[in-house]
Amino acid sequence: MHRVAVVVFPGSNCDADTLDAARAAGSDAYYVWHRDTSLRQADIVVLPGGFSYGDYLRSGAIARFSPIMAAVTAHARAGGPLLGICNGFQILCEAGLLPGGLMRNARLRFLSRPVRVRVEATDTPFTCLYEKGETLEIPIAHGDGRFVADPRTTAELEATGRVVWRYVDDNPNGSTNGIAGVCSAGRNVVGIMPHPERRCAPALGSPDGARVFQSMEARNATQHAPDVRAVGEHHLRV
Amino acid sequence: MPRATLLDPQGQAVEHALKALGFAEVERVRVGKHLVLDVEAATDAEAAARARAMCDRLLANPVTEDFDVAVRTA
Repeated sequence: MHRVAVVVFPGSNCDADTLDAARAAGSDAYYVWHRDTSLRQADIVVLPGGFSYGDYLRSGAIARFSPIMAAVTAHARAGGPLLGICNGFQILCEAGLLPGGLMRNARLRFLSRPVRVRVEATDTPFTCLYEKGETLEIPIAHGDGRFVADPRTTAELEATGRVVWRYVDDNPNGSTNGIAGVCSAGRNVVGIMPHPERRCAPALGSPDGARVFQSMEARNATQHAPDVRAVGEHHLRV
Repeated sequence: MPRATLLDPQGQAVEHALKALGFAEVERVRVGKHLVLDVEAATDAEAAARARAMCDRLLANPVTEDFDVAVRTA
């Protein structure tokens, strides 16, 4: 059983769903308030969706300076698995823990509907239980979901297999190359715009998103990093 | 201001609206943010340098935005 910290910012609104999804997958999941400075020995950290700080200035721009982010950054730098969903993805881009940025949807409308995404990379802590090329139906709910990066960064992401999910059939927000999710060079930091926590049981429409959380719980989830535990502000490899 | 190389759907929407109103000379519109800061500084240059540091750190995202700083003495 892994310890999963779900960070709650003022304006997070997918924190409870994310906690439930992680618990349903068997994790010992708990909340960490953004003003805390310790992740309390988290194995895995998730930044949930929502509208931290009302999306003022830019989505995620203010949350990235929350006190907890020093510990989140240390966790990621030590190779610890870190997932950002929707607003969490925006925060990770603003914090420089993931490349690129997320801009206003190309058609300017807030979009809340299911979309189809293809799993492009299964060698991350959050997709290891999926089949490469598998297509999932997961909802989006965002106004600023258009992933952009400069051409060199985009080419590097594509060449190194760091596009983790891609929209298929229809690109809802006009993102570069249909990118719906990416990972860091170390592959331990992952961001996704759609909401897997909203499709993690048949009663919620489909279980397509459940394996994101089950992957976290899988023993070999951290393929590119040894098991890392945050102890206080320090990281011990165990 | 959104970077020049990136799609600016807000700018496009405003451009279309201006053209619909007969302002055919409009070639391009870009929509950004305008922040007004009251800053205590000894000189204009110092105020500009501090404002640029604020843009680098928080106010602008270099991946998606460009910025300009203009100083006006109160």
